[in-house]
Amino acid sequence: MMIGQEIKRGIIDENPILVLALGLCPSLAVSTSVQNGFGMGMAATFVLTCSNVIISLLRKVIPDKVRIPCFIVIIAMFVTIVQLVLKAYLPALDKQLGIFVPLIVVNCIILGRAEAYASRNNVFKSLIDGLVMGVGFTFALCILSVIREILGSNKLLGFKFVPGFQPMTVFILAPGGFFTIAFVMGVVRYIGNRKRGVRR
Amino acid sequence: MMNPISLIEISIGAIFINNFVLSRFLGLCPFFGVSKKVSSAAGMGMAVIFVMTIASSFSWVIFNYILHPYHIEYLRTIVFILVIAGLVQLVEMALQKYSPTLYESLGIFLPLITTNCAVLGVAIINTDLNQTTGSPYTFIESLLNGIMSGVGFSLALLLMAGIREKTEFSPVPKALEGLPIAFITAGLMALAFLGFSGLNFFPAVGG
Repeated sequence: MMIGQEIKRGIIDENPILVLALGLCPSLAVSTSVQNGFGMGMAATFVLTCSNVIISLLRKVIPDKVRIPCFIVIIAMFVTIVQLVLKAYLPALDKQLGIFVPLIVVNCIILGRAEAYASRNNVFKSLIDGLVMGVGFTFALCILSVIREILGSNKLLGFKFVPGFQPMTVFILAPGGFFTIAFVMGVVRYIGNRKRGVRR
Repeated sequence: MMNPISLIEISIGAIFINNFVLSRFLGLCPFFGVSKKVSSAAGMGMAVIFVMTIASSFSWVIFNYILHPYHIEYLRTIVFILVIAGLVQLVEMALQKYSPTLYESLGIFLPLITTNCAVLGVAIINTDLNQTTGSPYTFIESLLNGIMSGVGFSLALLLMAGIREKTEFSPVPKALEGLPIAFITAGLMALAFLGFSGLNFFPAVGG
């Protein structure tokens, strides 16, 4: 297994948001600024990696019939840890992310990786898979939030970006989230199609 | 607290102003996954209303009579997701036994709903502090919020399915086929729903 190849798979070939279209709710809701997007990505990466490792360790113990509830409890445990840590050390970020911190629990990426990968592979592979998928998620969130923050509030990481540019507030609001992900996804597909030689 | 006007406010707010899909970004996976046909969208919508109503009432009772008195609010996430998963399973079994026709129409959608963030979302919103009044919802308000959020979700889902059925054979640029064009449609719908955010019912009383 090549680490480099795995990273490419997580970020480009099987990017959870832009290619597989998983975990859409948090990615659209928190990508209003780069800080929020990055924070959410890190939180999800932590939960994904830890739950992947634990589920992979327990994969021979968990009975097949009740595996989904078991996965959910394991994931919920790590989400609770994240919630408490965020509340204690990063209260501002916790307020910004709000309801979407507890909602990491129902993020389809995490349950999806647990079901499709961690419950079938050994601990080391699952750890790498969790990290790689988490990085892909964070990367896509960062792209979305950079676009939305620049267009919507004319800022990048909280600093003024282009002087004299009137920000389009709609990009911070709900519709802008949908438009941004549509075009980013379109660009990714266009590039993918070009690579495969499908032209139009 | 229990005046009818606040109840009307909650209903309008949950359906139009804070529509779950189009302004809160909750429940996007089923919104894009099941919106290809109007008939299946209607089934999914009914199932979501059903589960959200049950989930918001049960989670309210559990939060206020078990978690809150014993000061274990931090277990909220684990408890709610388990309760919702259990409830969905129970409802599925009960439907299968007592109402096979309803099971036929809702059955396949029920397992999908367990991991729908809209259902867990409504339970969490109900027990969080309310932004306008500063206190959590009462039982009736939670129940109403659950039902109306479900109605709002179904409304958005049905509108989306109607649009997607019409545009299925439209010539769309190759790169935007499928999901991206659905996102753009949803964006336009969200833009239209943004108009409701200026809506202020009975400004003398609340809002």
